Order: sequence, then structure tokens, then C-alpha cells
Amino acid sequence: MSVPLTLLGLLEREPSHGYDLKRDYDTYFGRGKPLPFGQVYATLGRLARDGKVLVGEIEPGEGPDRKRYVITDAGKQEFETWLTEPIEPEPHLQTLLFVKVVLALMLGRSAERYLDTQRGAHLQRMRELTLLRQTGGVVDALLADHGLFHLEADLRWIDMTTARLSALAEEVRS
Amino acid sequence: MSGAELPVVIADPQRGAIEARDVCLSFGETPALRGATVALGAGEILAVMGPSGSGKSTLLHCLAGILVPDSGEVRCNGRRVDTLREQERSALRRDHFGFVFQFGQLVPELTAEENVALPLLLGGARRPVALDAARAWFGPLGLDGLQQRRSGELSGGQAQRVALARGLVAHPQVLFADEPTGSLDSLTGEHVMELLVAAARQQGTTVVLVTHEPRVAAYADREVMVRDGKVTSLSPDRVAS
Repeated sequence: MSVPLTLLGLLEREPSHGYDLKRDYDTYFGRGKPLPFGQVYATLGRLARDGKVLVGEIEPGEGPDRKRYVITDAGKQEFETWLTEPIEPEPHLQTLLFVKVVLALMLGRSAERYLDTQRGAHLQRMRELTLLRQTGGVVDALLADHGLFHLEADLRWIDMTTARLSALAEEVRS
Repeated sequence: MSGAELPVVIADPQRGAIEARDVCLSFGETPALRGATVALGAGEILAVMGPSGSGKSTLLHCLAGILVPDSGEVRCNGRRVDTLREQERSALRRDHFGFVFQFGQLVPELTAEENVALPLLLGGARRPVALDAARAWFGPLGLDGLQQRRSGELSGGQAQRVALARGLVAHPQVLFADEPTGSLDSLTGEHVMELLVAAARQQGTTVVLVTHEPRVAAYADREVMVRDGKVTSLSPDRVAS
């Protein structure tokens, strides 16, 4: 799970305070593991240092969270590249795939296109493993099988998600 | 696979190219294909994937000349298939295409070797010649001793290997395989796929492989998705489509 890139994605919707970012992150991606405030501000600090976000003026009022963060063009570019590139196919990717799908829908991008690209990347990896199980020994075949079954599970999840994109889009845009 | 060599005949590398262009087909009021376009080069193995009811089997039937599209074109080696008369399409299927379906669909009254020989007999081969050619497939496919069995006396995996031999015995330019492992357990399915791909590659046969299983699709050179009667490529096309 990439916290910096996820925060960049949330910031691309609109400039936000750290508190809003934490709330949305916990709502959509936390799932029982909320993001500590310290990590939110440390991450935003690093993103600001690297020119990916700008820190707005301190707004008048009470409380510690009076800075609004704005994504820069460099931040948008980095997020766009991350969002559109398929993930290196390997087991246990559901969490990251889910983040990309939700962010794509939230931002009105084509999640279906992304899922197709990911499906293609997964199948390419499955082709490589299939070749390995055909040409290697029994140990290679068993290791390849392990990867193949996990990739297949991802692909089933991709199929189910593709079928439910409309319902998910309604939920994350509400 | 047994150590015996498959009785393949190397195909003309220029033969076996097949394509559908902007094909539409409806069953009554229900559209099954809505502008489906796909192209395979000679000797290429393409997996056609997609959810149930997406139109992938209908696309296979159009490519194979079993169904005639309402509009669009189907070509094999550059020649229009969809405009041929039924008799000509039937001859094309018999002489140049092979088929493997989900449940084998062997003729129950015939022995295993007669089932394999069937395409050759229908093509006019003499019975002893056709049976000799059919028997040559039994060893390499691990079916020795089963030549005289009828389909009811074969396991699912054995029946599907007999069906595979029948699909390849006439050395077709194009093999159409519709969920060829759909009725088999994982291990048997893998074995059938390994045999299918090995034989097709050695023979230079083009393969249209309809499947909803990623593990089966992974044997292909590339894959396309059929959704709502349209074709989407998941990997860069090596053939213009």
C-alpha cells in the first residue's frame, strides 16, 4: 500500500486539510488500520519537500490543523503515472488493486481500462509461469503453480470488480 | 505425454490466418455480437475470454463458418467465409478446420479410433488409411490400449484426448477449441492443454481457444476479452485488427 501516492490521489480531488485526508483514507482504505496523524503529516511534509504538494497559508481559527495542502503539477504527474501503470503481477495485490480502482472511480477515470491493463499484465505473467512449469522440473512446476493459483485469484477478483464497477462508482462518489 | 512423437504434418506457414471484421449477429431480438473484430496470424494461438453470455462462443462459431453473421466479414487466408454457400462452408470446415468442444462430443456408437478417424472418413479417405492415421495419435496422447473403447468406457480426460486427436487428425489449418478443459479437473485439464498446444505448435495450426479460465488462456500467445458482443485486446496485437 503506498500511502504517499494514495494521499496524492485524494488531493487531486480537491485541496484538503490533513484531517480530511486522514478521514477519507481511513474510510476507504484503512479497514481497521487507521492512518496515524503523525504519519499523515510526516508524509505530507515529505511530499511538500519533494515538490509534489504545496502547503497553503495557515488559516485563521482554532486547532492544529489549519494548513490546506494542494497537489502540484509534479504531484499530478507522479500520481497519473502510478495510477495508469499495471502493478508488477505477484500474489497478494488485492489491496493495492483496490486502492487504484477506488481512486480511478473517485476521480472519474476509466477503472475498466485500468483493470483490463492489469488483467493483461497478470496473464502475461501467467504465460511466463506456464512456460516454466512446462519446461522446468517438478520443483519449478510446483513453484509456478503456486504463483499461477494466486494470480488466478487476483484475476477472479478483477472479473468480479469489473462486473460491479457501476455500484462501486456510486458508492465512492456519493 | 508419452515419449512417442506426435504424428503431425507441418502446415504451410502462409495458411491458417483468420479474421472477423466488424461482425454483428443477433438471435431474434437479442444481439450476441455487436461489431466484433479480431484477427489471428497463421500458427497463432489466441485465447478468447469473457464472462458467460458475452458472445465468445458465438464469435468462434462465426469464425468457423458455423454461423453466418448478419453483417461484417469473416475471412480465412484472405478469402470470405461468410459469403460462401452452406455446402462450401461445410467443405471448408471438413477440409481445413478442426474442432474440440467442452464435453468431447464423441459419437457414442463408434469406437475411440473410429471417432478419431471420422474427419478423414468424411473427407473421402479409405477406411484402412483413415484408421491407420487415427491410431498413430493414440500412443503420443497416452491412449494406447483404448482404441476399441466406446466413449462411455472412457474417463473424461481420455475422452477429451480422443476428441483432441479427432480435431487434429486431418491436420487442420485452424483448430477451434471451445472450453476444451471445461469438464476436467485441474491436473487433467493441464495435461490436455499441454498436448493441444504441443500438437498445434508442431503442426503450425492456428488455434482459437475459447475459455473463461485464466490458466487455460495462459497457454495462448495472447488473449482478447469479449464483452457485450465486442472484442477488447488485452495485449498488443501482433496482427492488424
